[in-house]
Amino acid sequence: MEQAKHVVHDHYDAEASKIGMWLFIFTELLLFGVLFVIYAVYRYINHEAFHLAAEELDSFVGAVNTVILLVSSMTIAMSTTSLQKKNKALTLALAGITLILGVVFLVNKYFEWGAKFDHGIFPGSEYLIENLSQGEILFFGLYFIMTGLHALHIIIGLVLIAVVMRKVYTGKVHAERAALLENSGLYWHLVDIIWIFLFPLFYLIH
Amino acid sequence: MENEKHHIVPYRLYIFVLIALLALTFLSIAITGIELGSLTVAGALAFASVKTFLVLRYFMHLKYDKPYIVAMVIFVFAIFVVTIVVTFLDYLYR
Repeated sequence: MEQAKHVVHDHYDAEASKIGMWLFIFTELLLFGVLFVIYAVYRYINHEAFHLAAEELDSFVGAVNTVILLVSSMTIAMSTTSLQKKNKALTLALAGITLILGVVFLVNKYFEWGAKFDHGIFPGSEYLIENLSQGEILFFGLYFIMTGLHALHIIIGLVLIAVVMRKVYTGKVHAERAALLENSGLYWHLVDIIWIFLFPLFYLIH
Repeated sequence: MENEKHHIVPYRLYIFVLIALLALTFLSIAITGIELGSLTVAGALAFASVKTFLVLRYFMHLKYDKPYIVAMVIFVFAIFVVTIVVTFLDYLYR
């Protein structure tokens, strides 16, 4: 019995974990990919309306959030390096910075969406239906769905990083068992990549 | 076991990549500020693609991964490109 227990405990395969994570990331890429296809088609059909509606978005807030995500991507990548160098305190600090930056991103999003809601711009609002064209309504529909789904991914990523930090702290994740931290990092970078496309498509092109 | 010895990426490299990513971000903001018509979209997407390449290669460690993982990633992006092309063939010629 004791030996069997031992075997289960020792079952660790970093490469298999990585493949699993990548396969999951592929499904995420295709999920967002399809939304980008929908965006591309509606933009093609409602060219003028998309230009007009994009003017409503504050590209400064979008740029700040881009910088936040890029920096947080670097810190989570660095945390893997420091874990491999067996520097636990630095690993936790870097993952912690990532966590804080992710929260700041969400706070920015909260205020951004809040301002839109105050102007009566949210899915299904009377203001949208009465004052804006079909194309503009589509733009804001896609804006809320895509940035909302992205924000949901940020929240999931933050939970994941928090769990990993706890495991690093208790010593379950360490230099020889770094897969969980590396895979959380992969997830966080995926979220970063999606934002890299969301930012220009919604905030910049107008 | 020796396969599990990971390549440790130096901090310095990550800082360089971040600087490049930030520079590309500000460049794309500057470029889309100029009226270039339809070229604006192409320009913005080109910058986003270069940034994605940097994130995939360095932050996501594809540079140090085995070739088959790289091949899988390329395959998935190829599927996405094909989806876009086929969709637009439909919309452009219907």
